[in-house]
Amino acid sequence: MSDVQASGPAETDYQRVERSDEFQSLRKAFRNFVFPMTALFLVWYLLYVLMSTYAHDFMSIRVGGTITVGLIFGLLQFVSTFVITTVYARWANDKFDARAKALREEIEGGEL
Amino acid sequence: MAAEATNVGNTAINIGIFAAFVAVTLVIVFRVSRQNKSAADFYAGGRNFTGTQNGTAIAGDYLSAASFLGIAGAIAVNGYDGFLYSIGFLVAWLVALLLVAELLRNTGKFTMADVLSFRLKQRPIRLAAALSTLAVVFFYLLAQMAGAGGLVALLLGITDKAGQGLVIAVVGALMILYVLVGGMKGTTWVQIIKATLLILGAGAMTIWVLATFGFNLSAVMQEAVNMAGDKGEAILEPGLQYGATALSQLDFLSLALALVLGTAGLPHVLTRFYTVPSAKEARKSVVVAIWLIGIFYLFTLVLGYGAAALVGPETILAAPGGQNSAAPLLAFQLGGEILLGIIAAVAFATILAVVAGLTITAATSFAHDIYASIIKKGQVAPDGEVRVARWTVVVIGIIAIIGGIFANGQNIAFLVALAFCVAASANLPTIIYSLFWKRFNTSGALWSIYGGLISTVVLIIFSPVVSGKPADPVTGLSKSMISNPAIDFHWFPLDNPGIVTIPLAFVLGIVGTYLSKERSHPEKYAEMEVRSLTGAGAEKATAH
Repeated sequence: MSDVQASGPAETDYQRVERSDEFQSLRKAFRNFVFPMTALFLVWYLLYVLMSTYAHDFMSIRVGGTITVGLIFGLLQFVSTFVITTVYARWANDKFDARAKALREEIEGGEL
Repeated sequence: MAAEATNVGNTAINIGIFAAFVAVTLVIVFRVSRQNKSAADFYAGGRNFTGTQNGTAIAGDYLSAASFLGIAGAIAVNGYDGFLYSIGFLVAWLVALLLVAELLRNTGKFTMADVLSFRLKQRPIRLAAALSTLAVVFFYLLAQMAGAGGLVALLLGITDKAGQGLVIAVVGALMILYVLVGGMKGTTWVQIIKATLLILGAGAMTIWVLATFGFNLSAVMQEAVNMAGDKGEAILEPGLQYGATALSQLDFLSLALALVLGTAGLPHVLTRFYTVPSAKEARKSVVVAIWLIGIFYLFTLVLGYGAAALVGPETILAAPGGQNSAAPLLAFQLGGEILLGIIAAVAFATILAVVAGLTITAATSFAHDIYASIIKKGQVAPDGEVRVARWTVVVIGIIAIIGGIFANGQNIAFLVALAFCVAASANLPTIIYSLFWKRFNTSGALWSIYGGLISTVVLIIFSPVVSGKPADPVTGLSKSMISNPAIDFHWFPLDNPGIVTIPLAFVLGIVGTYLSKERSHPEKYAEMEVRSLTGAGAEKATAH
């Protein structure tokens, strides 16, 4: 809070953290992971719902016995949900948490 | 055969197993609640649950009677379309995992409104968020309690309305006791026990069904096709339930949208993220919940087709609970009275636990957002707030009992879909904007919440679910809530308004934001953003 040259209201500690390179790169890493992943699963789910609704004949093709393309497609939605969950949890545990924790300790320790 | 099916099972066994469940959970609730002192204990279980415990409790909250009995029944009768329905319920959890759970845990205390009011004007935002919370809970609660009546008829052989009403009252009174004594801690343990029993029970039945057919799913489905009569192969294909007309297809798209976006806005799901000590545990909760819920829905696929194969759709539809009786009848077919008793007890426990979870959420929202923040303007002792929450539990419990008795036998299955639609329209856009959009302000939030809430309720009232569905040629009654076919005031063509109201609420959030001259608070957004991602200053677990 030593910089008193600025004419606007004094900058808060949180704003200074927000501006820091460390936080900006943390935020970027989070958004770069989460936003494309959200777009991906929403598009994949909507594709499935639209196909089930409007591509009846394709979804009804038998691939063996009573197993249809639609059933496989539906089961793949389960698989993709489990995979995205696992990939995200691993990324967050291995890559994100340590950086967030370091920054949190700096903030709570008053170092920033 | 149909007449035989109306009297399956042994009522004494059904009641006995359920009473054992109640006795065991009550003892646990009393034991864990001795340390309930602070507001954080009552509302958030002291934030001391592990991610695995909370994830199991989330699965317990989410796998309501509608999920368990409803989806298995839908697959048994309509085949593929029932399965399609369950997928929306599962994929929805990715929204909660990626965008909501951790950030919410890091910035809030007890309710959704805590997060929204972080950088928006306290009082109007809390009021709006509390009203939409109470609306979602009310619709969801009524659906659960009304379902209880049908279940009573099926499982206890009680067919007169007075007897069913008495059982609904007993269920409601038990629920009030659990929540009053146990608070969030006791409620969470009830959910954990119930989820474990439900998943184990469904898993055992699934293996049993598969074993009957040599562990060949295709063979189960082939037998289901053989039993389906004139529907035949159609149960393997999409469209039996939703594909009749262009309008019903559009209706399904609308429902699919509400399911996938509604979950992360359900208030009783959101409050669960506050029962763990950190964002990391909140993440783990959702991961565990996704696995449990996903595996459970895979079980229901087998159970649904298994019920069609082993019991047959005609017998299911002729039973007192109709479609909902598929899973209990399958249990009876496989394991006789004992297995039916277990499944019946689990189904009751499900209603009890889900209603308890909804009630504590509504009580928290009323006491914390409306009473403490709006009426008392924050000038209230924490124990005063909890006292109000306890009274709210009693009031909501009584409303649930009365509502359940009146709604018993009514066609109100649409209420669960409506709750998801309100959650997706009124809650989710504001949560997302509030967490990720710097320019967002109070005006945008109010436009979005009230716009989403009002548009959903109005469109439902004027939709075919309330009035104007064509009369059934046999009974002469309409399938709408108002069964008199002469009363018809509907003008909105879809049963599910989500396809209109969800985009509308997102747009209203933007319009409202830009129309207001409200000063933005960059310092507040900075604090929220830093805290949401790093966990700095997040609420800690209470020490005991």
